[in-house]
Amino acid sequence: MSTDSLAGLTTPAGPAKRPFLEVKDLTVRFNTDDGVVKAVSGSSFAVERGKTLGIVGESGSGKSVTSLAVLGLHRTRSNATVSGEIWLDDKELVTASDEEVRKLRGGKMAMIFQDPLSAMHPYYTVGAQIVEAYRVHHKVSKKEARVRAIDMLARVGIPQPEKRFNEYGHQFSGGMRQRAMIAMALVNDPKLLIADEPTTALDVTVQAQILDLIRDLQQEFGSAVIMITHDLGVVAELADDVLVMYGGKVIERGPAADVFHEPQHPYTWGLLGSMPRLDRELRDRLTPVKGSPPSLINLPSGCAFHPRCPYAGRNGDRSFTETPELRGGVHAVACHLPAEDRQKIYEQEVAPNL
Amino acid sequence: MLSYLIRRIVNAVITLLVVTMVTFGIFFAVPTITGSDPALLYIGKTADPASLEGIRTKLGLDDPIPVQYGKFLKGLVAGRDYANGADVTHCDAPCLGYSFKTEQEVTPLLISDIPVTLSLAIGAAILWVLFGVATGVLSALKRGTFLDRAAMTGALAGVSLPIYFTGQLALLIFIHELGWLPDAAYTPFLEDPAGWFTGLILPWVTLAFLFAATYARLTRANMLETLGEDYIRTARSKGLPERTVIGKHGLRAVLTPLVTVFGLDFGTLLAGAILTEQVFNLRGLGYQALTAIRQNDLPVILGVTLIAAIFIVVINLIVDLLYSVIDPRVRLG
Repeated sequence: MSTDSLAGLTTPAGPAKRPFLEVKDLTVRFNTDDGVVKAVSGSSFAVERGKTLGIVGESGSGKSVTSLAVLGLHRTRSNATVSGEIWLDDKELVTASDEEVRKLRGGKMAMIFQDPLSAMHPYYTVGAQIVEAYRVHHKVSKKEARVRAIDMLARVGIPQPEKRFNEYGHQFSGGMRQRAMIAMALVNDPKLLIADEPTTALDVTVQAQILDLIRDLQQEFGSAVIMITHDLGVVAELADDVLVMYGGKVIERGPAADVFHEPQHPYTWGLLGSMPRLDRELRDRLTPVKGSPPSLINLPSGCAFHPRCPYAGRNGDRSFTETPELRGGVHAVACHLPAEDRQKIYEQEVAPNL
Repeated sequence: MLSYLIRRIVNAVITLLVVTMVTFGIFFAVPTITGSDPALLYIGKTADPASLEGIRTKLGLDDPIPVQYGKFLKGLVAGRDYANGADVTHCDAPCLGYSFKTEQEVTPLLISDIPVTLSLAIGAAILWVLFGVATGVLSALKRGTFLDRAAMTGALAGVSLPIYFTGQLALLIFIHELGWLPDAAYTPFLEDPAGWFTGLILPWVTLAFLFAATYARLTRANMLETLGEDYIRTARSKGLPERTVIGKHGLRAVLTPLVTVFGLDFGTLLAGAILTEQVFNLRGLGYQALTAIRQNDLPVILGVTLIAAIFIVVINLIVDLLYSVIDPRVRLG
């Protein structure tokens, strides 16, 4: 893991200062009756304040598990083991006590979930839930918290916030509900905001509004944002850096512009190829990544992507026997193909079809 | 809301009417059709034909069945007179007739039974809800541990063991062997609260054990399901202490389905806990019902059935109204 070079990725100040959030060699395992689920294996990344990291990958690639690990939400699951290091503002979280992490959760670091209908409690008003979130971290009266909550609802663009304060989640429209969710996450001015597919359940026009909102709020509060999504459009729109995950591992990492313009990993090529684009000539069909995501209990040997990789076997058995490491500087990739070959394949075979 | 309430009340009245009709039909009409004679039940087999005829006229047993039913309904609403020539007996509304056996008016008889049954049901309900829910929550949180298994085994025993076994056992141990408690008996609360309590504690515990078991299992299952919900993860992500996450966000969602079950159980129990009252010799509605059935005392059976139906209908209405308070997604209408 070339984590040391990571500090230089976003901090020009040099390696002496730790990035605001630094995750090193994070590994998450779940013991189940069927076997050990290797949900995340040795993933490393960093985010600075005011920057946005996009994590992309298909379902089951370990995106959400990674973010829940940062928040320490696996601690309540007795079958989960988390190892590695998570540094938030020079504090290590994996070894910290439950109580220490709980105090950071919702305060210094907060999370926006997908599907706000099920993420909000059906029996409490939206206002009550925001007030509760505020009062866990601030010793204020209910009245003050109420003022703050209404202020937040107005800030995220909910009309008539005093009235909506007393309504329940099911009385909100999808977009308004996600705004309320964002208001709840931001009520304590978190320095790290994790958004887990915040726009998945929303229609396109509302998606754009929500993304704008997150960007505006990020600029206002200077927070670090981790945007988890399987929508590359969202990443292209918001992210400074991109992490591509596959089978619980980071397989490509780099500045968003590099990853989009010179993608290195065959899986990233596949993702880009399966993305509908209006700015290119219309093709008959999109090119999906063939095959299905790997089982996290029985990961394929060698490179987890080899059963679906059209280039596997180009250099002997390596793809089948040896797990590729994430190599490279600012723009790193975990692939057995030599850099020159990748360059050639991308230019000749992949790029013309994107 | 108001129109909903009115509609529900009208519905309840219709339900009760149907209940009286069916019960009346079974208990009064069937003997007439099959040739057995209610008048004989009333007066006994040794009666001479003249007094038998007199009873028949007085109770209106000569009338066609629909007329008898009409008179019964009128008696409920406005009271009625039983007349045989100059011999008139007035029965105030709500009149349920006279017991065939004791010749007492049924209504006051049953009303005097209600406090016993009510005391038994309320006391037991408080116990089983507290212990059932607490056990269920603990079991869910300690899922798979020894505590969970022990609690669920106990609950299985509670569900499986009949009252007449656990009740007798409790009587034997706590009253006869250890002598910790006086004989189970009903003392009116206002007369002697301590006596009321000590006289009922054993029936409460026995009855509660049966129900607590069901509630523990139900709570455990609901809690496990709820803990997997997204809003519980949200509550944790806000940094709430685990106590608040479980006790507030979790329990709130678990209680909703319990209210429905509780309404049904409690309503049924108010109609008389037949076995418990029998085992502990408490003269409540259930005891009365069993005695009446044994003695073929038709008016008392009819009366108990009607009161039972009223309790169940009313409790169901209350539960439905409560539901709109508990679950904001439910709109009445």
